[in-house]
Amino acid sequence: MSEQTTPGGAVAAPTPPPTPTEPTPAKESGIRRLLSGSVGRNLGLVVALLLIVAVGAITSPDNFATWSNTLVILRQASIVGVISIGMTFVIISGGIDLSVGSVMGLASVVATIDVAQDLASATHWTVMVLFALLVGVAAGLINGIVIAYGNVVAFMATLAMLVSARGLAEIVAERRTLIVGDRGFVGFFREDFLGVDVLIWIFILVAAAGWILLNRTTFGRRTVAIGGNREASRLAGINVKRHTVWLYVLAGLCAGIAGVMILGRTTAGTSTHGQLLELDAIAAVVVGGTLLIGGRGTIVGTVLGVLIFQTLTNVFVQNNLDSSVQAVAKGVIIVVAVLLQQRFAKPAGRSS
Amino acid sequence: MTKVDHTSSLLVVRGLTKAFAGVRALKGVDLDIRPGEVHCILGQNGAGKSTLIKTLAGVHRPDEGEIVWQGETVTIADPQAAIDLGIATMYQELDVVDGLTIAENVFLGHELASGGFTRRSEAAKLTKELLKRLGHGSLSPNTEVGRLSAANKQIVSMARALSHDIKLIVMDEPSAVLDSEEVKNLFSVVRELTRAGIAVVYITHRLEEIREIGDRITVLKDGRSTAVGLEVADTPTAELIRLMTGREVANVFPPAEPVADDAPVVLDVEGLALEGVFSGVTFSVRAGEIVGLAGLVGSGRSEILETVYGARKSTAGSVAVGGKRLGRGSVSAAVTAGVGLSPEERKSQGLVLDEPIFVNVTLSTFGRFAKGGFLDTRAERSAAREQIEALELRPPDPDRPAVTLSGGNQQKILLARWLVHGTKVLLLDEPTRGVDVGARAEIYALIRRLAAAGNAIVIVSSEIEEVLGLADTVLVVADGKVLTTVPAAQIDEHGVLDLVMKGAAA
Repeated sequence: MSEQTTPGGAVAAPTPPPTPTEPTPAKESGIRRLLSGSVGRNLGLVVALLLIVAVGAITSPDNFATWSNTLVILRQASIVGVISIGMTFVIISGGIDLSVGSVMGLASVVATIDVAQDLASATHWTVMVLFALLVGVAAGLINGIVIAYGNVVAFMATLAMLVSARGLAEIVAERRTLIVGDRGFVGFFREDFLGVDVLIWIFILVAAAGWILLNRTTFGRRTVAIGGNREASRLAGINVKRHTVWLYVLAGLCAGIAGVMILGRTTAGTSTHGQLLELDAIAAVVVGGTLLIGGRGTIVGTVLGVLIFQTLTNVFVQNNLDSSVQAVAKGVIIVVAVLLQQRFAKPAGRSS
Repeated sequence: MTKVDHTSSLLVVRGLTKAFAGVRALKGVDLDIRPGEVHCILGQNGAGKSTLIKTLAGVHRPDEGEIVWQGETVTIADPQAAIDLGIATMYQELDVVDGLTIAENVFLGHELASGGFTRRSEAAKLTKELLKRLGHGSLSPNTEVGRLSAANKQIVSMARALSHDIKLIVMDEPSAVLDSEEVKNLFSVVRELTRAGIAVVYITHRLEEIREIGDRITVLKDGRSTAVGLEVADTPTAELIRLMTGREVANVFPPAEPVADDAPVVLDVEGLALEGVFSGVTFSVRAGEIVGLAGLVGSGRSEILETVYGARKSTAGSVAVGGKRLGRGSVSAAVTAGVGLSPEERKSQGLVLDEPIFVNVTLSTFGRFAKGGFLDTRAERSAAREQIEALELRPPDPDRPAVTLSGGNQQKILLARWLVHGTKVLLLDEPTRGVDVGARAEIYALIRRLAAAGNAIVIVSSEIEEVLGLADTVLVVADGKVLTTVPAAQIDEHGVLDLVMKGAAA
């Protein structure tokens, strides 16, 4: 060992070094910065929605641009909309939930089994709601625990839930359609408030709650941080696993709410409710500007994405075009939307 | 071996400018590369090095200026055009595909094929030859690249460059991910290339590397070349630093204050082990003390730090902060007890790059600012702004995405995060990796200040000089064992390396 006291090559200097000026990286112009942000992306969606509305208004001037048709569109958007809000959180965090459609079906069935209906008629119809929500939360809890603590990729874990929840719904329903008997329940969903259906109000409330949760709470910050960089979030002390469980519980809860809504609309529970709804939800979320790899997304974008698809469907129906044409158009829209997103949403320019 | 004409230029660049969205990254760069030389490009972050090499690689088109290749003026329209001319580029983020074999990577984009079928054995044979030429004949062409070390991935990247008929290879900070042994290997490969007449443009922060490998130097500052083609042998280091920073710098390590004898032990690590990685690690750190872990890559130093932090679950031993034992494998327990980690890989482990500075600064504390689960972004911003001022973080805008900052400023975000949190123990893994010389001095001063404020600090660095310059006490680590614990003043770089070599041999 050497006697040397200063480390190799270092010369002592008592003065603190002055700050070097590191030139700031290229700053984008204000407008471009705005347009490449979430505001710009949502603006594009609004333009797309207006275009579809214009097409609708021109092709069927008498039926499309009416208040009652607007309510039809919103009513149809409400159920997939609620599911999409939950899906938005899961996708922002970098996950995916394929099970929401069949969990919704299972929730509709469990809420209408004899036990639930008897209990509801003995007490209050909200017991059925409670059953449906509990099914959603339980399914989400299982998804979350398997994904977070079992280290199973979300795609596989929720695919398994998709299959088994559908099967369980068939078993519970014995492949029958379970009619809702409670007049209070049926009556509640037939009512409207300020001229707008209860179903639409539920969608509005869930979307508003989702917006607040994502943008104004620690839950939302954790969601974005985990989606943006999971490892950095973990090393910063965020309990990533626990939060992941909560995210899937939230998606499940939304599926449960959607289960209640479909019961309200159809007054019957069946295991076929919500088939392929997960794909509609994912499409709406992604078209709405949420990155499938996580880290970025908005509730407003998701709502616009849902409205775009439902308005388009409505325009097709008004013009008597069949559902196969609709499906092709949907596919085209998804691809075009993603292509446009990539064009406008390039990450901030870097140079060094 | 080719006879190399060292007098005529291979590549001449004159008055190159390039602007992005109105901001000029290059404001007039000259360059003159001769065949078979190692030409170093030196400059701080933001000086324009990356833009320059991307222009030569055909990624960016210059706004003005002239590129003369072997006496002819050329435009390099795209990356393929650069390769066709004979210019290959090795980026810092290596562009190899982990799932493919070495041979498949080498011939990626120009596969040897007949009628759509790849000629695998021929590709393997040619790859083997290239690997031999690079002094790595022991690597099998059929090995999957994902299983190679960073150093060997570089070799693959170089073999790919050589699989084209190239005359110039640009290396962007190739030594950043290597330890000292691997750097030596890299240098012998570079010498091999130059002997074959291939010119190497070598970009680095490390002045001592330029001394060892470089023939001539071009210095960039603020998008301009401040010196073109200086002979390495004739240029003193002080002059280089002056050209690079525009100021005189004598030394980077600030003087150490001795740790008070009665300073309490804050961090106590006892017999810590992680099965298969390290074992029997015992040390303690007093308030105000800096302990350094010195050792080679793979010695277990980063793993020790991460296990102390709870990011890995220890298999034996204990960690105590202020006398209280921490739960095994629990990051939140460590954070709550006042331990902060600045991880080795800043970008992949430290920052949420697309999020603004303030979100990154408060990533450990946003819950504390929140009221009833609702965020208080105003309080977060003002806390971030306070740290931005205290640490002289540039640019001083809390809403700027972290991704746009230089390495040094990104490091400051991580330090700011723990300053806002209020730590007792700071674990710093490679705090100056990818940070340029000027900003390094600042980070060093900051670390000293944090110690003086009563933090117990543990620092890991692959640069032994850095550990010795900062630490009060040094732990020499090799093969997952602590070989010795000595006051930093009683050991030098050779002493550490000596121990490590003997330890590794034993």
